[in-house]
Amino acid sequence: MTLIQIQQAGEVPGFRHLHSAHCESGVTSSLLANNGFEISEPLAFGIGSGIYFAHFPFFKVMNAPVTTFRTYPGTIFKKVCKRLGIEFQRKRYSNPEKGMAALSQTLARGMPVGLQTNIFWLPYFPRQFRFQFGAHNLIAYGESDGKFRLSDPVVEAPVDCDAHALSLARFSKGPLSPRGLMYYPTKLPQAPDFNSAIREGIKDTCQRMLKDPFPFLGVSAIRYLAEHIRKWPQRHKDFRKSNLYLGNVVRMQEEIGTGGAGFRFLYAAFLQEAGQRLANDRFLKLSEELTAAGDVWRQFAAKSARIIKQPAQSEFQNFNEVADVLMECYRMELKIFLDLRAEILRK
Amino acid sequence: MKETDVPQEDSFYQGGHRACYATDEKGHYKIVPSRGWEVEKIFTAQAIDEVDREIFETHQKVLAGELSPLAFHMTARLMTPTLLAQNMEIWTWRVRRHLRPAVFRKLSMRMLDRYARCLDLSVEALKEVPHDIDSNTAGG
Repeated sequence: MTLIQIQQAGEVPGFRHLHSAHCESGVTSSLLANNGFEISEPLAFGIGSGIYFAHFPFFKVMNAPVTTFRTYPGTIFKKVCKRLGIEFQRKRYSNPEKGMAALSQTLARGMPVGLQTNIFWLPYFPRQFRFQFGAHNLIAYGESDGKFRLSDPVVEAPVDCDAHALSLARFSKGPLSPRGLMYYPTKLPQAPDFNSAIREGIKDTCQRMLKDPFPFLGVSAIRYLAEHIRKWPQRHKDFRKSNLYLGNVVRMQEEIGTGGAGFRFLYAAFLQEAGQRLANDRFLKLSEELTAAGDVWRQFAAKSARIIKQPAQSEFQNFNEVADVLMECYRMELKIFLDLRAEILRK
Repeated sequence: MKETDVPQEDSFYQGGHRACYATDEKGHYKIVPSRGWEVEKIFTAQAIDEVDREIFETHQKVLAGELSPLAFHMTARLMTPTLLAQNMEIWTWRVRRHLRPAVFRKLSMRMLDRYARCLDLSVEALKEVPHDIDSNTAGG
């Protein structure tokens, strides 16, 4: 053995962990902030056009139709970088050894790295949250003794994860599979134009929420889901299945990583910040309206919970009632996004 | 949601908190840590119960000789034949076939090794099922 020691990457000096509501906007905000580019999570979420709604009755995961309150994984970081003129590196690896080596090398250069992972293989989550979901984002910022130091934005504090588990999480295959994705900013702009980035983000969101084709995409999908919920009790002979479907919708809405009410509060926080930055009272007003819509979404969740807790009896009536609450969400959000679009196109 | 309305109820977070966005008394948004919401817990428990039921049923069928141990380990990893096939990079019908005890018994060492890697098990563990299953089986 020579006296030259292999240098352990250790930790990226001065790394600051940020506790966020959502994994991807949290990683985006934290990666940029740790490179000296301050951007709040709501701002990253809004500029990256993170909010959405869709319901796919014909596409099932874990035996229940897929419902989403957000845009396609991976787009927030890309859009934020594009709209603010940030240059970034984004690379996938098919070979786990090469992918893990690339991660170690990047960390050794003192660069925190965003990773896409499958949440099932991450040992620091309680068992109840470890489902096969391949689009969970987190940051690695250190390595020592075969363990990686991770900053998972939805967890309160940094955690250690051994290389074996992290490798499984990064290279598991299937829908939304991470394929070893790692990403980090490489060049930050001198004078970023936040205002135009905010406008671009809002415009994109309105376009998608209001103009996406098919009834199962965008705002109209909320109505579509409500109609389907009304039909569930008669379509499925046993109530267990209807209850499972309903449970899946609420889990997507409320389980860790949405900031409450399926990202509605997070987006309302963005509209508030946008209103302050652009000195636009309409945005502040719409932020309040979206907060109110979020509160109705929470009512939908609470009502649904009552169905699960006291099954049977008047199942039809119960499902009709939660569908009515959803229709209220639909009407509110339709108005909000129409107004938002009118405001953004005004100038 | 107002800061004061952020639920601080029982959850599966094991003492941890989730970040919620809520408004303070002046209407300004900020992050408020939440210990959990009972409503969320009900639905998480529902999903986990469903998974546990499936694991239990598969375990019974393996003991009865109707399914191969692979079926148990696949279910315990919350996988479907399709997902396992994607991880193995083979056709789904081949995974389905390997769920039959007689076919599983004749699998080559190489194939067993690939399954073991995908499920993060040793080959010995892959060929067996535990006698008793508890709630820690999945995700182990």
